[in-house]
Amino acid sequence: MSEKEQDTQVSGGVGGTLRRLGRVLTEGRAGSLLVILMIAAIWIFFQIMNANFLSPANLTNLMLQNVAVATISIGVVLILLLGEIDLSVGSVSGLCAAVMAVLIVNHNTSPMLAMLAALATGAAIGLFTGFMITRFRIPSFVITLAGLLLWEGLQLYVLGATGTVNLPNNLVTKLTSTFFSPLAGWIIAVLAIVCMCGLAFLGRARRRRAGLPAGPMRAQAIRLVLIGAAMIAAIVVFNKDRGLPLAVVIVVGLALVFVYITEQTRFGRHIFAVGGNAEAARRAGIRIDRVRIIVFVLGSTLAAGGGILAASRLLAVNQSSGGSDLLLMAIAGPVIAGTSLFGGRGSVWSALLGALVIGSIANGMDLMSLSASVKFMVTGGVLILAVTLEAATRLRRQTED
Amino acid sequence: MGDEPVPAVTTTTEASPLLALKGVSKRFGPLEALTGVDFEVDAGEVVALVGDNGAGKSTLIKAIAGVQLCDEGAFFMRGTEVTISSPKDADALGITTVYQDLALCDNLDIVANLYLGHERFVENATRLTGYLDEMEMEKSSLKLLESLAVTTIKDVRAHVASLSGGQRQAVAITRSLLGEPSVVLLDEPTAALGVVQTKQVLNLIRTLRERGLGVVVISHNLADVFEVADRIIVLRLGGRVATFDVKGVSHEDVVAAITGAEFGAAPDEVEEPT
Repeated sequence: MSEKEQDTQVSGGVGGTLRRLGRVLTEGRAGSLLVILMIAAIWIFFQIMNANFLSPANLTNLMLQNVAVATISIGVVLILLLGEIDLSVGSVSGLCAAVMAVLIVNHNTSPMLAMLAALATGAAIGLFTGFMITRFRIPSFVITLAGLLLWEGLQLYVLGATGTVNLPNNLVTKLTSTFFSPLAGWIIAVLAIVCMCGLAFLGRARRRRAGLPAGPMRAQAIRLVLIGAAMIAAIVVFNKDRGLPLAVVIVVGLALVFVYITEQTRFGRHIFAVGGNAEAARRAGIRIDRVRIIVFVLGSTLAAGGGILAASRLLAVNQSSGGSDLLLMAIAGPVIAGTSLFGGRGSVWSALLGALVIGSIANGMDLMSLSASVKFMVTGGVLILAVTLEAATRLRRQTED
Repeated sequence: MGDEPVPAVTTTTEASPLLALKGVSKRFGPLEALTGVDFEVDAGEVVALVGDNGAGKSTLIKAIAGVQLCDEGAFFMRGTEVTISSPKDADALGITTVYQDLALCDNLDIVANLYLGHERFVENATRLTGYLDEMEMEKSSLKLLESLAVTTIKDVRAHVASLSGGQRQAVAITRSLLGEPSVVLLDEPTAALGVVQTKQVLNLIRTLRERGLGVVVISHNLADVFEVADRIIVLRLGGRVATFDVKGVSHEDVVAAITGAEFGAAPDEVEEPT
């Protein structure tokens, strides 16, 4: 009897600890910690399977392979925060890249102008989608599903009979083939770390002066040290290969801009409000349709940006640009990294972290030369795991209410 | 002096309640939701609006809030006739409503919910960048909650999803006070709340009264009504059937008026002659 009792006590204790651990890991704020642990596990696993995985050359490639998806994912995060979905981001990226390539090659447009035309095409598509959703109350799922076909068809039409447009060596291709010198890489990293610590310190000082609690200092310090260490490690690795890639700087810069917009501005606050409770937002006087349209414009414009980066990496635009699994990767990434599919919860950072998770898995499986069948199944399994974790968090939130 | 109209106006102002409705009627097709209802609430007074389902409480509140227009009837603020034809009109007149569903964003913290749609910006930031002045909003939120003696909320950065029903109600009521209204309409503020939380919300309503606001409470819970209200107005089948001073009336009298059990008897005599 007593033995049995003890037994249940012990297992209860272990279960309790596990439950507490699970709770910490699935709680919104520790979400990014979970993803980082996930990335670490993936990297260790693939390093064991293939010694080249963590080599500087492969890690640099891994980053360059994922800049396009990460850029598209930033837009997807904005749309998910709104509680909507955009299934057309893949084909929008393909169409916009095709517009750019055809302008450069067939019409002798300057690369800069062609890129702007691609971004403008994306913005126009977003405006159309947003208009249809707000004016006719068509669910975003349906209108963007139609868009997926529509823009892909238009892409094939724009590319013409040959179906492939190769890009000459120009500004566009330089986007993903430019690397900073080791010194420049270090300067950028040091500046970033100084700015980050300075902002954190200033923020705390301002709050103290205003007589407000500044939050736990140790947690913030640990976070700063970890991020700083990650940046230094990244520069060391990049410098062992070709140097810090320009494309990585562009994508991280874009993420920073949208982190600022979503977390520090009124417009960002309104995106969260519409995603959390659209009726409450409307009653608070927020013009929710305007917020929706702007977000869809941003989402499609970022998809166009992703298309440009993908074309730059491929050195061409062809019929499968923006096709196949690009769309699924771009949506799965943020969801794996903790952005809710149901609106109102998430972060722009999840676009980068999610792209890193999915990209690492894809890259590692490529190194192991696994077949496409296995790759799809593994990626699908990871996505199921992620959405299950999210659903569990949501369920607990509801029961706690 | 006596010939001048000024004293006369003063008298009417003194006699006029903060908000008064006269002869409000509303039809939905063949259904008469409200028939010639008068209503009034004074500054520093809590009026409970009670009645069975379909008695016309919601229709009356919606008319005051400007959400749904009535067919007939006149509105007076401090004796001056006004028109309320949209929620904006009600807002401009200082009438604010806290609906039963509270309209809070669960995914945002308390500060963000309090200032939703009325965010404050850092002074030298342009409207375009819209850089939020989080510290200013946080400080004002703390001050506002303190002035209302809301002691149950300690962390204004807590997400609304993590709050109890009573705390959520407190946040919703606090938010309605940001525009410094003179009349607050509360739709079932204690529905689905536990004993302790109900008490907290009732205390908050008392604080509103002490601040000199006119408070209108719709409630099904007579115990709560008796605890917090000064006057009880009973609606039945679209008409105002009784008005009680909370002192000197029993539960039974109010229930009788609500159900019409003693139709034409005591309750109607309490009603002021028209």
